[in-house]
Amino acid sequence: MLTRVFALIIKEFLAILRDKKSRMVLIGPPLLQLIVFGYAASFDLNHVPFAVYDQDRSIASRELVADFAGSPTFQKIATLHSAAQIRDMIDSRKVKMVLDIDPRYSRDLLSNKPAPVQIIVDGRNSNTALLVLGYANAIIFSASTGWNARHGGAAPLARLVPRALYNPNLDSHWFIIPGIVALLTQVITLLVVGLSVAREREAGTFDQVLVTPMRPLDILLGKSIPGLIIGLAEGSVIILAAVFWFGVPLIGGLLQLYAGLALFIVSVAGIGLMISSIAATQQQALLGAFLFMVPAIILSGFATPIANMPVLVQDLTLLNPMRYALVVIRRCFLDQPSFASLIPQYTAMALLAVISMTVAGWLFRKRAV
Amino acid sequence: MAGVTRRFHSGDRIVTALEDVSADVRAGKVTGLVGPDGAGKTTLMRLIAGVLRADAGSIHVFGINVSADPLSVQGMISYMPQRFGLYEDLSVRENLDLYADLQALPMSDRAGRYDELLHMMGMAPFIDRLAGKLSGGMKQKLGLACTLIRPPQLLLLDEPTVGVDPVSRRELWGIVDHLVHEQGMSVFLSTAYLDEAARCDEVLLLHESRVIGSGPPAKFTREMEGRSFVVRAPEHTKRELQAALEELNGVTDAVVQGDAVRLVLDAGVKADVVEAARIPDVDIRPVPPRFEDGFIDLLKGKERAARTASSGTPAPRLTGRTTDAAPVVIDVAHLTKRFGDFTAVDDISFNVKRGEIFGLLGANGAGKSTTFRMLCGLLPATDGRLQVDGRDLRVAAAAARGKLGYMAQKFSLYGDLTVAQNLRFFAAAYNLIGARRTERIEWALGEFELAPWRNATSRDLPLGYKQRMALACALMHEPDVLFLDEPTSGVDPLARREFWRRINALAEGGVTVLVTTHFMDEAEYCDRLIIMAQGKILAEGTSEELKRAIRTDARPNPSMEDAFIALITADEAGKAAA
Amino acid sequence: MKGSMMRLRGLIRKEWLQILRDPSSIAIAFVLPAILLLLFGYGVSLDARHVALGLVTENPGAATASFTAQFQRSPYFAPRTFLTEKAARHALAQEKIAGFIWLRGDFTRALDAGKTPDIGLFLNGIDANNARIVEGYVQQSWANWIAARAAANGIPDTSPLTVQPRIWFNPAVSSRDYLVPGLIAVIMTLTGALLTALVVAREWERGTMEALMVTRVTMNEIMLSKLIPYFMLGLGGMAVTVLIAVFLFDVPLVGSIPMLLLASALFMLASLGMGLLISAVAKNQFVAGQIAIIAAFLPAFILSGFVFDISSMPAAIRVITHAVAARYFVAILQTLFLAGTVRSVLLPNLLALLAMAAFFLSAARLVARKRLD
Repeated sequence: MLTRVFALIIKEFLAILRDKKSRMVLIGPPLLQLIVFGYAASFDLNHVPFAVYDQDRSIASRELVADFAGSPTFQKIATLHSAAQIRDMIDSRKVKMVLDIDPRYSRDLLSNKPAPVQIIVDGRNSNTALLVLGYANAIIFSASTGWNARHGGAAPLARLVPRALYNPNLDSHWFIIPGIVALLTQVITLLVVGLSVAREREAGTFDQVLVTPMRPLDILLGKSIPGLIIGLAEGSVIILAAVFWFGVPLIGGLLQLYAGLALFIVSVAGIGLMISSIAATQQQALLGAFLFMVPAIILSGFATPIANMPVLVQDLTLLNPMRYALVVIRRCFLDQPSFASLIPQYTAMALLAVISMTVAGWLFRKRAV
Repeated sequence: MAGVTRRFHSGDRIVTALEDVSADVRAGKVTGLVGPDGAGKTTLMRLIAGVLRADAGSIHVFGINVSADPLSVQGMISYMPQRFGLYEDLSVRENLDLYADLQALPMSDRAGRYDELLHMMGMAPFIDRLAGKLSGGMKQKLGLACTLIRPPQLLLLDEPTVGVDPVSRRELWGIVDHLVHEQGMSVFLSTAYLDEAARCDEVLLLHESRVIGSGPPAKFTREMEGRSFVVRAPEHTKRELQAALEELNGVTDAVVQGDAVRLVLDAGVKADVVEAARIPDVDIRPVPPRFEDGFIDLLKGKERAARTASSGTPAPRLTGRTTDAAPVVIDVAHLTKRFGDFTAVDDISFNVKRGEIFGLLGANGAGKSTTFRMLCGLLPATDGRLQVDGRDLRVAAAAARGKLGYMAQKFSLYGDLTVAQNLRFFAAAYNLIGARRTERIEWALGEFELAPWRNATSRDLPLGYKQRMALACALMHEPDVLFLDEPTSGVDPLARREFWRRINALAEGGVTVLVTTHFMDEAEYCDRLIIMAQGKILAEGTSEELKRAIRTDARPNPSMEDAFIALITADEAGKAAA
Repeated sequence: MKGSMMRLRGLIRKEWLQILRDPSSIAIAFVLPAILLLLFGYGVSLDARHVALGLVTENPGAATASFTAQFQRSPYFAPRTFLTEKAARHALAQEKIAGFIWLRGDFTRALDAGKTPDIGLFLNGIDANNARIVEGYVQQSWANWIAARAAANGIPDTSPLTVQPRIWFNPAVSSRDYLVPGLIAVIMTLTGALLTALVVAREWERGTMEALMVTRVTMNEIMLSKLIPYFMLGLGGMAVTVLIAVFLFDVPLVGSIPMLLLASALFMLASLGMGLLISAVAKNQFVAGQIAIIAAFLPAFILSGFVFDISSMPAAIRVITHAVAARYFVAILQTLFLAGTVRSVLLPNLLALLAMAAFFLSAARLVARKRLD
């Protein structure tokens, strides 16, 4: 049995590595996705363009404007002179925010009345809008406390002290990039394993293998182990890139990380083999992989929290191995989880792996048409 | 055509598809472009149609240079590519409509033209059927109808008869003859079937990118006059006899034909060489030459110049042996396979004895592949009993599969792996380890003359070598039973002969061989065969028996194809009467 | 000329029949978009609702109750009470809660003494974006609490500045309202580039292209016969998605519909041009599909500003986004749907789309040859 499985593994590697097209699939797209996701996919805001409509033009108002302009989040690109211009600036997407300071601003400040400041935000992208508003609020709040301190005003009743654990600066790269480890490992494993049976079926070699003394278990192992090795290798490359290129800290145990990664790959390989044994051609296998992959990524918590989804959809995500892989990988990057604390995720992935592998093995024989 | 050369780049290698080809194709004739797969037939067709450009040389069609003005040429010709160029998800009528629009046939002429064509093709009842649902023969005729929508001056047909049953093939030839002789059209068609060449007015022999001969087919057979014989020797099996004759000096070709051996002698050699070989009770009779003899002579002539010694085959052991008493190895009874409500194999029974070469003959879709796959355990049977070596492979333990060898259609091996890597993989798959594995791989490389190709990527091998390698892989573990699915389709006649030489030797050694084929003349190699159509067995017996059944005074020497067509026609007539 | 019209008509009719009969075309043109739309419409949301927020009150009293009560009432939070900070931290690590508020034992005493006690807010920073949004919500609640408490006790508000936020175009800040219009661009990329590349590659694979090429058909006719049906199919798909967006997901459509049509037509042309270009380079479906996904689909997803903000990307990537046709279309769509017919946004983006359409179509025409090599 070992001889046969070993021969299958060698053959699989040779078939993948000697074919230019397969080599390209392994190297090109992942690299591209790593770069694109790593750099472009971020929710953090930098140099958000904004305009100022300062109707007060006092020292106090200028101080406030300077607070905004000095922040790395905002970039002042225009000073407005009429209320009509606000509409123009926002409509034409030249700015995302307009800081509108009331003519009574300094007078109210000095007379200890609440001084109104209007923040007008472009809501076309609601996420950006909320974040811009959050940043603006924070700047105004610190301006407010600063004023109080300087002018002997009363201290606030209570102070809110926010602290983000694991990611103190709330850098969303620390969130997205470990996610890419799971994402790309999934893509690669699906392509390597998912297309392999369909490719052999198209070429007629699958029949040739089925008539040898190979057992379904041999074939299952012979097909998934190369996927596991390639998946782990690609995963490691991305982990290295995450740590050394993108500077994401990796503080958790590597053992825990790789245990999760391996379980994840095996469960994805099982799904790939399932798709592959149903599909008659590579074309269908590719379409099948695509149809599985897109929902699997969107419903994994990769970019948007699972908690925000409707309950029914949340239940559906329980069947998605990537959901568990993301938890394990992200915690291993930013936290120091013990094996025990990851057991729920490990078990879920192991279960999915066993189920998908069993179904795939059954389909091999069933669909040998 | 003058000095046409065309090369392709495949990775870092340059493949020459056509090398300095010059020829004339005359108007008002059927000209056949004859050669094995990979000889460059399709490339030449495409060059003439103006969809490829020549690297050197020029082609003029009716005086117009194709590469300078392809559109004008395309206005005068019609071209049917290998897969007929049909849109499978369109109906017959819609396909005709499309080509009528493309050829700008006026609306008013259409109804009449459609009627005429459909009548000629005999497919009027199927006008609303989707093209993808037609049989191979029907597709071919529809493809032809589409190219004939507006009668062209020159009709190009690229391998029009591949995968088509003999009945449809014969009909197609009837149509071509009609077009040329009644309507004065010129037809240029390519084919890998040598027996079709005899039907052409002129032939162009293409081999390994070069023209090796041209002229009317009679010219080739005339040269062979007095060199063809049929030899019988009751003391020996036909295969022993064939092997013995082949070894003689002065023999161009010796192939098994029914219960006899067909012999072609070198020019100038007299029939007494056979008597000189002292084979007891030998009976030798002259027969008229056929086109294939001429082709083989040409190829052998080239090869004789290249090398002298033939190799590899075990020396013939002239010990008479009969297979009658041999035990049954493959036993099939009431085998049925249904896909939904379609019955692919309908209650068939047969058995194969040890050391027998058994043929499954039939057109595409006759059910032979389905039967074959059930026997190998690749497909579950709906009903009936089937046993190979006493076991049903579908449910038998994996070890039972270790006793059989399987060679798939298209010689499917791992194209990205080298020859040695493929051999090593299959050796391991059949549980060969250590020294035994090394020994068998060395045997395969030596026996099949693959050693020089050891590190070549198998995708790039010439077709004949792919076939050898596929056989080597199937024989790696010295199986008792060998399954061959369309083992010789597309390979050139010499490679085919060599292949059968090996199979013969194996059968003599006691290996049971089951082979499917749609080449009618290949049936001659089989000890016994069944002919299948629409899932049923039409006839069973030796090829001699089948041919004898239809022998009449008008047709004293029927071919296997004649026998097949007669069987099908009788079957259909029987159905029509019922 | 008449022959040309007849050939074109024949080819287009053939294309339509194939579209109608081929399940994979229908799948890519209608099923895939529907799945994507439903996934995004229902599955993807950046709006935090019912955030699991832990509350640790070490020494409960009237003051702490008034603070925690507002979380119980808010639709944004689904609070859970923990007895110790340690238990809450543990739940946070397990991702059972997104964050927790810690009111220490001396909170009430300090408050009564007029000192400023700290309210601890601990967030799971792994999902930075979500953490930030939750922080914003908590901050808002905290500010409200202070204002209410000050008013109740008759103390002047201690915060000298008051913020009056105005979120234009999407006052409910619903992420669906901006994701769904952007998604239309992604879906049209699918029909435009992916489907077209695949169907042309299929003709090569099945050998029908060879049969077409030996007739008098010109390359222009072949290309037009692909452009016209898929152009209409793309606009059809787009109409369906707009209807779903407006009627199923209640996304407002403020701008002018003719303008939407014009923009979609231009984008469709650019997309089709890309598909034809891909198929001229890759003559089998496998490769064509791969290139289409990498060169058209992925950029439309990530580099178009559909989810991720372009102005926050690094400069080099921002330059690249200018080569992505979907970028201009997403800008137009988000504006037309939520803001209205704003000439200053539409004009430059429409011009950019026009340029891209012209570029891709002429490139495809240049590369395509009526020959097999």
